Parts: sequence; C-alpha cells; structure tokens
Amino acid sequence: MMKSLKLWLSEATWKFRNFTRRYTGRITTFFEKRRLGFMIHWPGWLKAIFYLLPALLLLGVFTFFPIFNSFFISFLEGYNIQTGEFDDYTLIGNYRYIILEATGFRQAVINTALIVAITVPATILISLFIAVALASVKPLKGFFQTVFFLPYITNTIAIGLVFAYMFSGNANTIGTTLGLANQILGWFGVDPIIWLGAGNAAEGIRGATYWTAMSVILIYTIWNGLAFKIIVFLSGIQGIDKQYYQAAQIDGASKSKALRRITVPLISPMIFYILVTSVIGGFKTYTSVVAIINPEGLISYGADGTINLKTIVFYVYDFIGMAGTNGMMSFASAAAIILFVIILFFTIIQLQVGKRRVHY
Amino acid sequence: MEIRLEGLTKIFTDKNGKETVAVDDLSITIPSGKLIGLLGPSGCGKSTTLFMIAGLHKPSGGKIFFGDDDVTRLAPEKRGIGLVFQNYALYPHMTVRQNIMFPLENINIKREEALELVKEMAKLVGIEDQLDKKPAQLSGGQQQRVAIARALVKKPRVLLLDEPLSNLDARLRLQTREEIKRIQRETGITTIFVTHDQEEAMSISDQMVVLDFGVEQQMDAPQDMYNKPKNLFVAKFLGNPPINVLEGKVKDGNIIVGKDTVIGKTKAKDGSYTIGIRPEDFKADENGIKVDTIDVEHIGRDTMIRFMMGETQVRALVDSDSVEGKEEIALSVKTHKVHLFDKENGQVVL
Repeated sequence: MMKSLKLWLSEATWKFRNFTRRYTGRITTFFEKRRLGFMIHWPGWLKAIFYLLPALLLLGVFTFFPIFNSFFISFLEGYNIQTGEFDDYTLIGNYRYIILEATGFRQAVINTALIVAITVPATILISLFIAVALASVKPLKGFFQTVFFLPYITNTIAIGLVFAYMFSGNANTIGTTLGLANQILGWFGVDPIIWLGAGNAAEGIRGATYWTAMSVILIYTIWNGLAFKIIVFLSGIQGIDKQYYQAAQIDGASKSKALRRITVPLISPMIFYILVTSVIGGFKTYTSVVAIINPEGLISYGADGTINLKTIVFYVYDFIGMAGTNGMMSFASAAAIILFVIILFFTIIQLQVGKRRVHY
Repeated sequence: MEIRLEGLTKIFTDKNGKETVAVDDLSITIPSGKLIGLLGPSGCGKSTTLFMIAGLHKPSGGKIFFGDDDVTRLAPEKRGIGLVFQNYALYPHMTVRQNIMFPLENINIKREEALELVKEMAKLVGIEDQLDKKPAQLSGGQQQRVAIARALVKKPRVLLLDEPLSNLDARLRLQTREEIKRIQRETGITTIFVTHDQEEAMSISDQMVVLDFGVEQQMDAPQDMYNKPKNLFVAKFLGNPPINVLEGKVKDGNIIVGKDTVIGKTKAKDGSYTIGIRPEDFKADENGIKVDTIDVEHIGRDTMIRFMMGETQVRALVDSDSVEGKEEIALSVKTHKVHLFDKENGQVVL
C-alpha cells in the first residue's frame, strides 16, 4: 500500500513536471511569436532596473522615503503632521531638546544599553554552548532542536505574557497567588519577590524594584534570542570537517581547547553575523517591554517611585503617540535618528573589529 | 619503535545491524625505524588499520603494541603518534607557524623552545619561508609538508600517513614521495603509510603489507613481493602493465597453455593451474612461439605486444631493438619467472 502510494506520487510529480515544462515552453514561444519579448534589445542596466522595479518601488515608499523624511522632519520646528506646515527650520534644536531637556530620554538610553550589554554576550555564549552540546548528542537530536527552535516561531507578545504570568504576583496578591518563579524560589526558602507588580499607593505597599523588573526583561530577551542563534551556530558547527577534531585529538588538545581554537574560529563568520544583528536587535527592543511590563512601560508606585523601563524605541513611540501636537513628530524623528547613529556607530566598530577577528 | 599488531579486528555495524568486517585478524610486526607501506584496493581496510593504530578507531578485537607497551586502550594523544590525513586537515584559520605549533601548545614547553622546534621542523620539510602564510595560500605539496611538520613536531614514536600523495598531481607526487623518504631517513622514525597505488608503495617502502578485504595477503620487501607473490591477488595487484593470467596445465613437467603451446618447464605436479606471466618476462626469441599480434606499440625503449595465447589476450613487454622491423614475432618466456597458482584458492604453487 505504502509502496504503491510512493510510486504513484513519484509518477505524479514527474507528470506535473513534464506538464509545467511543456507549458512554460509554449508561453515562451507565444511571446517570441508575438514579438512580446520587448526587453530583448535593452541594455543590461535597464533590464536590471526593470526587474528590480517592484522591489524598489515598495522599498522606496516604505523604507527609503520614511528614513529620509524622518531625517528631514527632525530639522523642523512646530511641524504639523496633518497640514504639513511648520514654523521654522532648526539644525540642532530638536536634538538638544531630546538629549538635554526632555525627561526620560537618558533613562531610555540607560535601559536600552543595559539590555544590549547584558543580553547580547549572554545569548551568544549560551546559544553557542547549547549548539555545541546539540551537535554532539545523537539520541533525541531532532527533538531537542525542535524544542530550542520553538520560541522563534512563537509570537513575542504571547510568550511575553506567559513570562509576565510566570513572574506574576504584585503588592496586593503576593501572599495569595504566586507565579512559577516565586514558587520555585519558595522551594529554596526564598520569600516571594514582587518581580513586576505595581505597588498600592492607597495602602502604602511598594511594588517591584527596577532590577527585579529589568531582570525579567533580560531573562526573557536572552531566552527569546536563543532559538535563532542556536540554529545558526548548529548549522555552522555541523559544517566543520570532523577531521579537524581528529587532528586536534591526536595533537593532544582537550575538548574545551578544540572548542576555543577550532570550533569558534571556524564559525566566526556566523558568530559575527549574530553579533551584529543581535546588537541591532537589542537596541530596537520594544515589544518585550510592552508584553512583560505593560503598554506604558512604567511600574507605578514601585520600590522607589515610578519605575521607568522604556527603551529608546519606546520613547520614540511615545512621541509618535502625541503626534497630534505640533512639533512632537520632530522630537520622535530626532530620537529615532539618534538611535540610528548609535546603532551605526556600534556596527562600524564591529565591522572594523571583524576584519581582524573573523576568519572567512 | 617496533609496532606489533596481534589479531587486530574491526567490525563496523550499520544502522540495520549489518556487520562489515573491515579488518580481519591482522597480525603483523612492523620493524623499528622502517618505512612500511600498507597497500590494497579501496575498501580493503588499510585506512581503518591506520586509524586503529592512531587510536581514532577502537578495535573490535586484538591488540596493538608499541614496543612492549600495550596501547590498545590508550587515547590517541597518549600514544605518541603523528598522523597526516589524506586531505591534511590543516587548521584553515591558523598560519603555518600556528599549525605546526598547535601540538606543542598542549604539552609543557617554553614558548621560545616551541618556536625553535617549529623552525627546525619547517627547515626539515623545506617550508621555512612560508611560516606566516595561511594554508589556503600554499600549494598542495606545501600543505602536505606542513601536515608532515605538524605531525613530527612533537617527536612522535610513530608517523602515520593516510594516502599522503593522493591529492597531489603526478609530478608533485613523485617529488613528494622522495621527500617523505628523505624525511623518514633523516628522522629515523617508524613510519606507516597507506596507499592504493602499488607503484608509490613499491618505490618508497622498505616493506609492504598487502591487504584485501581486511585480510593480510603478504608482507615482504617490495621487490621480493613482486618477484615472489604468495597468491594470485598479490600478483595481480602489483605491476603495471598487470600480470597476464592464463588458464593452463602441467603435463610431464611441461607448462602448457591453450591447446598445446608449451611455454616452459616446471617441477610442479601434473594438473590444471592458473598461470601468471609478467609482461616483461617475455623475450624475443626466434625459436620461440610465433604469435598472432593484435597490436604492437613502440614506447621508446620498450615495445608492447598484444597477442592471443589460447583464448586469452596477453601483453608482452620486450626490448624495442629485438623486434624492430620484424614481420613475424616469435616470443619465449623466461621459464623461471612463470608463476603457477592453485586454481581453487589462488595460492602460489612452487
């Protein structure tokens, strides 16, 4: 039964292939006969532009124009997004306001920098070790690979909400309902911690501290970033010729030395790619804060007042949210451009370092 | 360092539980300080044997001795071996210097001393001016030398070479095999090298071991093995052009091929035999057998004559002068060079 099904399938595939071949052939001849091959005599560059046109149009409308436009808007004063009118041009006024006068920008930069500085090295190291471990296990390999890849294909908000639930328990409920994290801590005799919960001003009970909330964001970001990195590293490791390890073994290198001196250098292009993309990704953190903390990015009445966990992108969106007011869009643009410059700076540094450290 | 293999056996089991005997009860003794060629067709177990000596494969049975030490259960890095892989396995991200130095990083040695050793090895193999290049910038022959230097730098007791010349072009191969021989002479290290090329093995080894289906066929000095093959397999495997194999019989001390062509005398008992005659063991002889030539090729000094002997096509390689300009060629066989093999088991008779 199985066999005949297989046979039938392979035959059907073959027939389908023949069918499509025949008809693509006919379509080509049709065009040739009707002299519809109008591009035949075009020069190469014109053809190239023609083929790229659909992509270029979309990119132009949704990527290039907004980039240049926001750059432009960041130099306007009193810009009204509905009428497009503005009072005056200013070179650095909006930037000055964002950096020096506006509240919360510095906190947003600190929050973002913390997330990048901690999660990027941590995810890379952890995923590298998991990838090495996965590469060396034989039984249940597919199962583990699937398990580790699951976060990648699951919605960020959904996972974030699950995380928020795992770390739940606020100032009012801390004695009664405990999230998974607090329950586990309870087994070791640790008192429940208010991870994310807001305080209760009326009863004077304080909520989460900055670091408890931040650590949940960090743990979430690290965990969420693992999946893709593991897959990339794993494919890199599996592409390394086994003979290098045999040679290293004969040369007396220990397993950890082989990892340091052979595996890591040989997958350094992948590590480098992951580093660059995850630094950029880290600077653009937004969704995870929304999902874990709340759409305001603030924990009210925390351990020391309102706790601000907004990232730079969060900050930009805050201004966009107020875009009805004249001038706010310019502040949003200025903040976005500052973020762009920061990312550009780090990326250039990485590319420079990469030239010396990456073995292609 | 004398290497002794005692009943060495390797059985691979595939997914379906099917067993393949790669090396079957191999017992040989490799004398100290010699260059030994492990020779055989593809899949005969020669590389497996080498990897078992290296410690990368675990034997299914039998023992390996280095001198008096039983190393069968020893990890590769503790055996004191140097191994050159078929594709060299040079670390692509390290320079030549780092490559050669890598084995030294794992033992207790001062950096200056290590650098000195690296220089010494580089000089031995003739790559001292390439030390700062990456392997990809070197030619195949140079990479090969780097691999040998890396294998030798730790002063191993045994040097193992897995098909060391198969990735080189014909001319480089010739050069490199002389180089390997020189390095082996200079260091006096016991060397085992694996090859499927009989000419290569014959030209550089002190002793050869021929394997087929994991079973040792013969171990001898190259020329002895060529002249006195123990069985039909060895006779067929050595020599280019290959040996002529004919069906024939012995009657009253005469070796008879085909219907009634007597090609020589022997002391073997009467009966049917498989007869092996090397092409160069024919000679032009006016009193010999007149042959119907199919083709005559003059290749410089030698002439290759193809003709029918009984039912079989036979090649003869004779001196060009002796057949030049002759219309009819008559050949005889150097009687004492005819090999008689048992028809059943292929073992040599006499």
